[in-house]
Amino acid sequence: MRKILVGLSWGWLLVFALIPLLMLFVVSFFHRGVSEFFVVGFTLENYIRLFDPIYFTVFFKSVVLALVTTVFCLLLGYPFAYFMASYGKSARSYLMILVIIPFWTSSLIRTYATMLILRTNGLLNTILLKFGIISEPLEILYTEWAVYIGMVYTLLPFMILPLYSAVEKLDRQYLQAASDLGASPWQTFIRVTLPLTLPGIIAGSLLVFLPALGLFYIPDILGGAKSLVVGSFIKNQFLAARNWPFGAAISVFLCLMMGAGIWLYLWVKKRVSPEEARS
Amino acid sequence: MMELVRKAYLSFILLFLYAPILILIAYSFNSGTYSTEWEGFTLDWYKSLAKSSDLLEITFNSFLLAFLAATGATIVGTAAAIALKRYQFLGKKAMQGLLFALLMSPDVVMGIALLVLFVALRMDLGFFTLLLSHITFGIPFVIVTVMGRITSLDENLTQAASDLGASEFQTLHKVILPLLWPAVLSGWLLAFTLSMDDVIISFFVSGPDFEILPLRIYSMVRLGVKPEINALCTILFILTMAIVFTSRKLVGDEE
Repeated sequence: MRKILVGLSWGWLLVFALIPLLMLFVVSFFHRGVSEFFVVGFTLENYIRLFDPIYFTVFFKSVVLALVTTVFCLLLGYPFAYFMASYGKSARSYLMILVIIPFWTSSLIRTYATMLILRTNGLLNTILLKFGIISEPLEILYTEWAVYIGMVYTLLPFMILPLYSAVEKLDRQYLQAASDLGASPWQTFIRVTLPLTLPGIIAGSLLVFLPALGLFYIPDILGGAKSLVVGSFIKNQFLAARNWPFGAAISVFLCLMMGAGIWLYLWVKKRVSPEEARS
Repeated sequence: MMELVRKAYLSFILLFLYAPILILIAYSFNSGTYSTEWEGFTLDWYKSLAKSSDLLEITFNSFLLAFLAATGATIVGTAAAIALKRYQFLGKKAMQGLLFALLMSPDVVMGIALLVLFVALRMDLGFFTLLLSHITFGIPFVIVTVMGRITSLDENLTQAASDLGASEFQTLHKVILPLLWPAVLSGWLLAFTLSMDDVIISFFVSGPDFEILPLRIYSMVRLGVKPEINALCTILFILTMAIVFTSRKLVGDEE
């Protein structure tokens, strides 16, 4: 029995996870092929090319996009999680389901629906024009704003859930103690609440930041052809430019960046709550 | 005052999360084809959806794929979760690390890694490559779900079973699996929805002879969407809601 269970799980993961990832790593050192996908050989040129300003800009823009998305999600999600945790048990689980449902529905369909709202003759403009808030329709679709709205919209639940579980665990007696000792609500928030919910903030930020780096269809659909992010950049190298070794090198670099992010998270977590990290 | 601010803010965020879904449902009943104005109620799109065998076939493909992929991922994932919990074996730490990497690695990287594998194995891209890929990305999610319950499993029960002479298989079949059942089921549901939703990995490993819904919608969104899609999405949304509530009820009843 033990052999079957271990063999099945290890066998599958070996063939369909470890070997493909290792192959990708190996391909990133190959030469580009003319008629085939790659030519076996060793070169570092794919990695050197990454530092070409043209490609580096794509990386930089993707990181900025992911960071801004993370910050917006945090700013919108924190009050939500905080307010949510202040309700009674039944209201909380009700709110929880409401946050989870969008996560269970196709994000592609929801992105498409966002497009319907944001386009020039879409719902948002129609409403704003009717109420006389604007006189000219806003051009949001196919701009960076649309990409940010779409990203925040898709990833917000990933921020809210870990934040909520951090805020929920917060011992309210500490807040009481702080205010008894004369701290203003703002001081209590900065000095007590924020540090105690830091693990939730970091976990949520990671859950938003990592997918935000790789998602390519949201910038593709909402940003039009103008926004090239690292995800679609990799996609193009594999499907359009047919330069697999370079595409593989970009992927390896992307994974390294994400690995650094995760390492930072674990490091901060250890510092913030040493007892929890040890258990 | 504070109460008002709190309610207003929660409603605002929920509106933000639900507006696109509600709009989509509303448009599926709108008689205007491409306009955003409300031009009257109609069921035409549902009727023409029922007649469009092409879209229905693709939807069926997606369901078939998600069903098989979720089942495969649940079998492998549950086996892995039990192995990780109950046994010591060679490369256990490495397997945990690999699972973490699989969970964290961006979909686009997983997609191209699998593409490289299938090309190296000279496999034709299509149904089987999609199925193998979908099983693979579902596995870590099943493991996480099942692991959550295994850790709360009372070890005295399995100990008692083997003391009473049950073989390892009997213990698994009669004690562990019945206790894990709700977690296995919600792992299956999670793998199912992830498979139905996946765009990125499928994008790389699919071929022309087996089309699935997310990829069709993706190509449509860029070229122009037929109103039938709104109707189809509405039906899928209602189905998802039904699945979510059933699974919550199943898991909730256990707690």
